Amino acid sequence: MSTVTQVLPYLVAAYVFLTGAYGLATSRNLIHAVGCLSVCQVSTYILLLAVGYRSGGTAPVFSDIKPGSRPVVDPVVQALTLTDIVVGATVTALLLALVLQIVKRHGTVDPDELRELRG
Amino acid sequence: MSRRLRLWLLALGGAGLAALLAAACLDLPGFGGRAHPYGTRAVHASLTRHTANTIASVNFDQRAYDTLGETSILFAAVLGCVVLLRQARDEHRARPEPARVALPVRRYALLVMPVALVCGLYVIAHGQLSPGGGFQGGVVTATALHLLYLGADYHALERIRPLGVFETTDALAVCAYLVLGLAALLAGTAFLANTLLPYGTFNTLSSGGTVPLLNAAVGMEVASAVVVLLANFLDQAVEIEEESAG
Amino acid sequence: MDEAVILVALLLVAGAATAAVAQRDPARQALVLSVLGVLLAVLFTVLQAPDVGLSQLAVGAVLTPLLVMLSVRKIRRRGRDRDGAR
Repeated sequence: MSTVTQVLPYLVAAYVFLTGAYGLATSRNLIHAVGCLSVCQVSTYILLLAVGYRSGGTAPVFSDIKPGSRPVVDPVVQALTLTDIVVGATVTALLLALVLQIVKRHGTVDPDELRELRG
Repeated sequence: MSRRLRLWLLALGGAGLAALLAAACLDLPGFGGRAHPYGTRAVHASLTRHTANTIASVNFDQRAYDTLGETSILFAAVLGCVVLLRQARDEHRARPEPARVALPVRRYALLVMPVALVCGLYVIAHGQLSPGGGFQGGVVTATALHLLYLGADYHALERIRPLGVFETTDALAVCAYLVLGLAALLAGTAFLANTLLPYGTFNTLSSGGTVPLLNAAVGMEVASAVVVLLANFLDQAVEIEEESAG
Repeated sequence: MDEAVILVALLLVAGAATAAVAQRDPARQALVLSVLGVLLAVLFTVLQAPDVGLSQLAVGAVLTPLLVMLSVRKIRRRGRDRDGAR
């Protein structure tokens, strides 16, 4: 395997994180910002699973393969990612609920206008 | 701070972070490498406890305490949403008019809903054997229920979804997880240690000690949490209106 | 062969993530997020993580975009009521 494929997955994770962060910082709409935050979250999943991957490995599920007959990928990082995906979605929901409250109180979704309101 | 200045600051910080991240990536062990010390040990531990799906074993046995934290975050997030999106004093409910649904959509949704529900429950129940488990199955079950909104209308969905019951189920499921942990403590071992039940025959539904029970508790919690979340957002989007504008 | 599929999936995910950030209209962004969710599910499956793929498919492709859409609808409806009252 070449050096490029050895680091590319990590670089993609870093790129996705930076892209999400850029969107988050330049967003003019709070709902769009929440979407960008979920893009940032995605980068952690890519990084974790890339760390746990093993060439030629199969999924760490032994209901249909004999234990020890084939190499398996790392199950620990998969378990971490799995719980985070579902919990992350509820946290996204909480953020959206906060945005709806802000709209109700201040009548705008633009973070810049909100700052002007505060003075 | 002006917008221009902020963009410059962002570019500076982003470039620095990008350089650090790239340097870190080059130093990580290569993608697809053979050395996974934690993975090997987790697989070994899972097999000695007769759990076919190592990921379920990591989630509900080896790192069960961590999952308790995750479920608490989930519970707290849902609680926060319910509080934030509740009907305020200056709001009232307007009954949405039943919309006409195209016949093919209605047929398809009503046909698929039971299948999707059973799929979700299957995914929860076989969590310790095949890919799946409480977290994924819970979401599938809860979203499957909402096919009724597509197929019929909001009123029909509200009738099969008594919100109070789902809120109680959510809380009870978190309690069940805690009680299972405390039961291990009462039996004389550590909190959430998987020593209560026999490990059973490998690759059967009842294998893995307390793993299927914890998995079921999480499945219940996630399913009812997602139902409650979607119900609150749907209420906001469809029913709740502000009393006076301005 | 495995490596090639993983590479293609990675590049597709990177492209979809860029599109999701570049799309400034939240309602359209929700659709792009949904596509991103499906692509991620594919990537996780070829990375031999079927559990995670399943989870991502349910959450990323359905739940998150649905929540974003509902929030957008609430805000739009609010805006319409406001304009009507004025």
